[in-house]
Amino acid sequence: MEIEKFILAVVTLDRHKVGGCGTPLFYAADKKEQDTIATYLARITSGVIHDLENGVYIIVRH
Amino acid sequence: MNVPGAPFAQAMFNGVTVGVLIRFFMLKRDYRQYPSYPHGVLTHLALAFIAAVIGSIAIPALMEKEFTAVTFLALAATQFREVRSMEREMLQNLDRTGLISRGADYIEGIARVFEARNYIVMFASLLVGGATYWGNIFYGLLVGLAAFFTSNKLMGGKIIGQIANVRAATIHFAGPNLFVENLHLMNLGTEDVRKTYLQRALGVIIEPRDDDARATLANNGQRMAIAHDAAMLLGIHKDMDTGEFAPVVRRDLDTGRVGLVIVPMEKDIHLLLEAIKRVPVLESASVTPLSTRIGKKASD
Repeated sequence: MEIEKFILAVVTLDRHKVGGCGTPLFYAADKKEQDTIATYLARITSGVIHDLENGVYIIVRH
Repeated sequence: MNVPGAPFAQAMFNGVTVGVLIRFFMLKRDYRQYPSYPHGVLTHLALAFIAAVIGSIAIPALMEKEFTAVTFLALAATQFREVRSMEREMLQNLDRTGLISRGADYIEGIARVFEARNYIVMFASLLVGGATYWGNIFYGLLVGLAAFFTSNKLMGGKIIGQIANVRAATIHFAGPNLFVENLHLMNLGTEDVRKTYLQRALGVIIEPRDDDARATLANNGQRMAIAHDAAMLLGIHKDMDTGEFAPVVRRDLDTGRVGLVIVPMEKDIHLLLEAIKRVPVLESASVTPLSTRIGKKASD
């Protein structure tokens, strides 16, 4: 089966919550910066922002 | 009537007229599911004309013992299979650039309808041509009228409003998760997006009336068709790069109800309900487990 959903980028507040993956990783200092970066990335990549509720956002192409 | 060839010409004229008229009135009913451009209409009328010519001469030719002419009927029928692939290809291409895709099931359904309608035209012309040739022009017109009304009745498929109750529902967020009533739809990241949803989005619950309807609504193609039609009729607050505003249609695993959330341009819940009720039930999605013994027992 073809994989149709991809994590395009990860935007995180906490460096220790993500790692060991090939996905581009962006660190944000606070919630506001995280929202801004995630929105930019989502617009540029036509992805959707999802909140994992542990300070990590993932941007997924559906 | 003593002119040789006159009944032949009359049969053909009647058959072709009725056939093309039937096609024309059926084309009008297509507007919502397939906005036909002037050229699209012309293409289909031209094809209908060919189908009607072939249909209307079949019985006169047979009665004149011109058997070779009848074989052309079979030959032509295979040509109309091309119509289906033509429509399918075109809609698939358009689907790639549209904001909300129709989905493969909907496209296949539309393509199939286009093919079938040519056969209806051919059959109606055959009846009319035959009746005119065998009787006279009045028989022909009578049969023509009958063919017109039966074709209208036969080809009217079911719509969502007939198999399910469609009602408005409230939406809310729990953390980043979007719910319509108690049905989880998706996880949405930023606060701005959530605010837009709370301000502009409309929620709908579609409750199947029986197990057949439940199985039909479970089909993903059917749900894509609902989302597409709703988005097309009410407009959609979305562009290519804002995937988070694509309409979502999710199924309640426990009951088989379906929840829909859409961010329309025109926030009018009554129109949205009306639009959803009129979505056609796709042929490929329509299943009838209730008509089997096992399905019936399972529904107890």
